[in-house]
Amino acid sequence: MKKILTAEQVDRALSKLFKAVTANMPKDAPIAIIGIRTRGETLARRLVERLAADYPKMQVDLGILDITFYRDDLSRRRGAPLVRATEIDFDIDDRWMLLVDDVLQTGRSIRAALDAIHDFGRPRIIRLGVLIDRGGREVPIAADYVGKTLSAPDGQRIQLKLKENDGQEGAYIVKKA
Amino acid sequence: MARKAPISSKKRKSLPKRAAGHAAPNAEVTVEPDFVWTRKDLLGLDELSPREIVCLLETAESFKEVSTRSIKKVPAMRGKVVGLLFFEDSTRTRMSFELAASRLSADSLLFTAKGSSVSKGETTMDTVRNIEAMGVDVFVMRHGQSGAPHMVARQVEASVVNAGDGSHEHPTQALLDIFTMRQRLGGIAGKKVAIVGDIAHSRVARSNILGLRKLGAEVVVVGPPTLVPNAITAMGCSISHCLDDVLGEVDAINMLRIQFERFGGGLFPSLREYHKLYGMDAERLKRCRRDVLIMHPGPINRGVEITTEVADGPNSCILQQVTNGLAIRMAVLYLVSQGRE
Repeated sequence: MKKILTAEQVDRALSKLFKAVTANMPKDAPIAIIGIRTRGETLARRLVERLAADYPKMQVDLGILDITFYRDDLSRRRGAPLVRATEIDFDIDDRWMLLVDDVLQTGRSIRAALDAIHDFGRPRIIRLGVLIDRGGREVPIAADYVGKTLSAPDGQRIQLKLKENDGQEGAYIVKKA
Repeated sequence: MARKAPISSKKRKSLPKRAAGHAAPNAEVTVEPDFVWTRKDLLGLDELSPREIVCLLETAESFKEVSTRSIKKVPAMRGKVVGLLFFEDSTRTRMSFELAASRLSADSLLFTAKGSSVSKGETTMDTVRNIEAMGVDVFVMRHGQSGAPHMVARQVEASVVNAGDGSHEHPTQALLDIFTMRQRLGGIAGKKVAIVGDIAHSRVARSNILGLRKLGAEVVVVGPPTLVPNAITAMGCSISHCLDDVLGEVDAINMLRIQFERFGGGLFPSLREYHKLYGMDAERLKRCRRDVLIMHPGPINRGVEITTEVADGPNSCILQQVTNGLAIRMAVLYLVSQGRE
């Protein structure tokens, strides 16, 4: 496991992502930020904290999405991992929505997340923000806001670790099993 | 079996017998985030580990959320077929499984013994094999014979879920009971639960005792000696023949239905006497803890096990049990369809 981003670099990437989001979001209407479990949720929480500090008057609703039931590889896996509840307890219709994930690779999780969101309602606009875009897309999906672009060879996985989830902070390259 | 007299009264006070070797740990069972469910079948709570039970309950929590959405469906079992095999009558359980399958985007096939090939003399195994040949992924099976789903599970490729077998187990009912208790009492470990009524014939009682003990609850079974076999203490519960003795010390009371169809009578003198000694009424409720949970697996014989006043009162969670049953069955169908042993 090789470290490719330090804690400071992760923080810088998050700042870059935050700037790109704030430059493009509407400031006069409530927005929704939806984090994809598990680390997308943590990143979404951090973005909401920063928004609250910089734009105290803005209404921001935070939602958490578990995409397990929407995955396209369900029938190919062996065994079922623990599923956690999706928590979107506000109306998403006609909202400006930011979808947040940690690492964008194949795009399949985002495809699943879009399906899940449409079961909750019809946002006016959905934008995708990711901390790391590492290439390797298998479906036609692109991020609108990116914290850090990396290129990692196929067969390697980039794993983001965050204080809240893992007790340490940084991005690592791990060999796929 | 014509013993009529000995329904115990207060005079013959029976102290709950504590079974040795089943000390309840007071810590709530938890399951780590990387836990993976691998079972292909759910035949009973007997073979499940405490963590597997908690995994089922946690998964049901996330399915509960699905039922609050405007579109109450997820694609988790799209393209799969659930075969519902009801060799024995059922309304609630069958409809609950049917709706659970449809909320998971699975197709379901319903087989009921009445008016089917069973009346033409087909064996259970032949019936199941024929239905499996249509391409079924998960069987949900209710049967009057204890162990029938286990026999089927050994011989088919598809997953098998036990929806009640004879007087053996009814795992999804116990899971939804435990789910409801966890929700209303805030936990299971260290709680004390009374199961009242016909313990001898009850698969609901058996599965509940197994599940509750695995999660660290204390269980006392209550009923007349004719309906409470002494050997039940081997499952780790205690016995009382006097409901009034246990009222004040329990967190939840599960009132079982008197199953007229399972025995020919003669096990207690009269319904009126049964109600007087073991029925839950407003008077008894007053002697319970203020926040005691009153449960019933349904269908209720109003005025026998429980009076209308209590069944529809604030301590009752009977309808909540039914709502939770849907989430539990969605979790069970989803997990077994993912399980590969």
